[in-house]
Amino acid sequence: MAAELHVELVAADRQVWSGEATLVVARTTSGDIGVMPGHQPLLGVLESGPVTIRTSEGETVVAAVHGGFISFADNKLSLLAEIAELADEIDVKRIEQELQRAKAEGDVHAERRAEVRLRAATAS
Amino acid sequence: MGAQLRVYKRRIRSVTATKKITKAMEMIAASRVVKAMRKVSASTPYAQELTRAVTAVGTGSDVKHPLTTEVENPTRAAVLLLTSDRGLAGAFNSNAIKAAEQLTARLEGEGKQVDTYIVGRRGVAHYNFRERKVTESWTGFTDEPAYADAKTVAAPLIEAIKTDTEDGGVDELHIVYTEFVSMMTQTATGARLLPLRLEEVAEEVAKKDEILPLYDFEPSAEDVLDALLPRYVESRIYNALLQSAASKHAATRRAMKSATDNAGELIDNLARLANAARQAEITQEISEIVGGASALADATAGSDK
Repeated sequence: MAAELHVELVAADRQVWSGEATLVVARTTSGDIGVMPGHQPLLGVLESGPVTIRTSEGETVVAAVHGGFISFADNKLSLLAEIAELADEIDVKRIEQELQRAKAEGDVHAERRAEVRLRAATAS
Repeated sequence: MGAQLRVYKRRIRSVTATKKITKAMEMIAASRVVKAMRKVSASTPYAQELTRAVTAVGTGSDVKHPLTTEVENPTRAAVLLLTSDRGLAGAFNSNAIKAAEQLTARLEGEGKQVDTYIVGRRGVAHYNFRERKVTESWTGFTDEPAYADAKTVAAPLIEAIKTDTEDGGVDELHIVYTEFVSMMTQTATGARLLPLRLEEVAEEVAKKDEILPLYDFEPSAEDVLDALLPRYVESRIYNALLQSAASKHAATRRAMKSATDNAGELIDNLARLANAARQAEITQEISEIVGGASALADATAGSDK
């Protein structure tokens, strides 16, 4: 059995995903970071962006997170985000509409959020 | 049917209708308590992880931050009061308001100027009626607060803490909310939220006998703390909002239960009075008939002679 790490992806109001994984890639403010089992304790600030989790079954879980933190210690990784959504939960059509609307209204934040969601949804 | 009896019957009908309404409200409140409790527990993992992270930065490095440093002579304080939008919850709102007033009096006794922030229409109405100054208020989400609501509430408060006192900022932030102890007990409590006592947060985690590892901070300890603390405050306010909502529903449930019980009692008493009135009517009718018959009998007996 390959080495595993336990991942908890939690949003402010719910637990989004939890399970065993072999690799987690997330985007911190100073660049993408990949965490594998046995990484040294880490606490970082996340950027809005997709998070990729490779589960121990070999599947890939992609989630869109908007702001938050990554913390890793004792082979336990927690991803905290105010808003987090799994790619499967994202409705691509609706997000595309949202993106169009945000662009039309010139709402930079909404546009960014929609883009991150869209990227996460299409990546998986 | 006599007039008195009709009045009783009408009152019984009206109280029965009221009882039905309060019973329904009791049941709705009961289901909402459960829902609110579920929301509290759903937000726990996030709050826990956040607390751990704050402790890790607080103990693992000696960085200073405006949200954790205490001012030597605090002169201004902010009080955030959480009430509900709707009443019919017994003493729920008045207890919270009373606790806030006590806290305000204490702070003013210490020579601090107090800014009041209020969540919930009941608290706002109370302060407006007495023409007291409210710095900012929010309404419309107290029944089912979302995380975004906690963010809107927290933003100006964090801003006020960060601003210098001379420029209209505050040195301390206190929060008054109703703690949900159990279905039967909810207590209005006041607590200081900011500046944060990192030692207290650390104690919370230390209770579980955990030894925190030496973290690597990305990008740096200051930046992480900078990003963490506002989130921590938001999550605390979110938790307070959720507990306050759960408490409000529990208080409503209890108030409505006693209203239903009272209505039941009232109906029983009225039914007894109505029965007595009916019986009195019957007795009167009988005595009238008997009286009439005997008068008639007396009259005919007299004419026979």
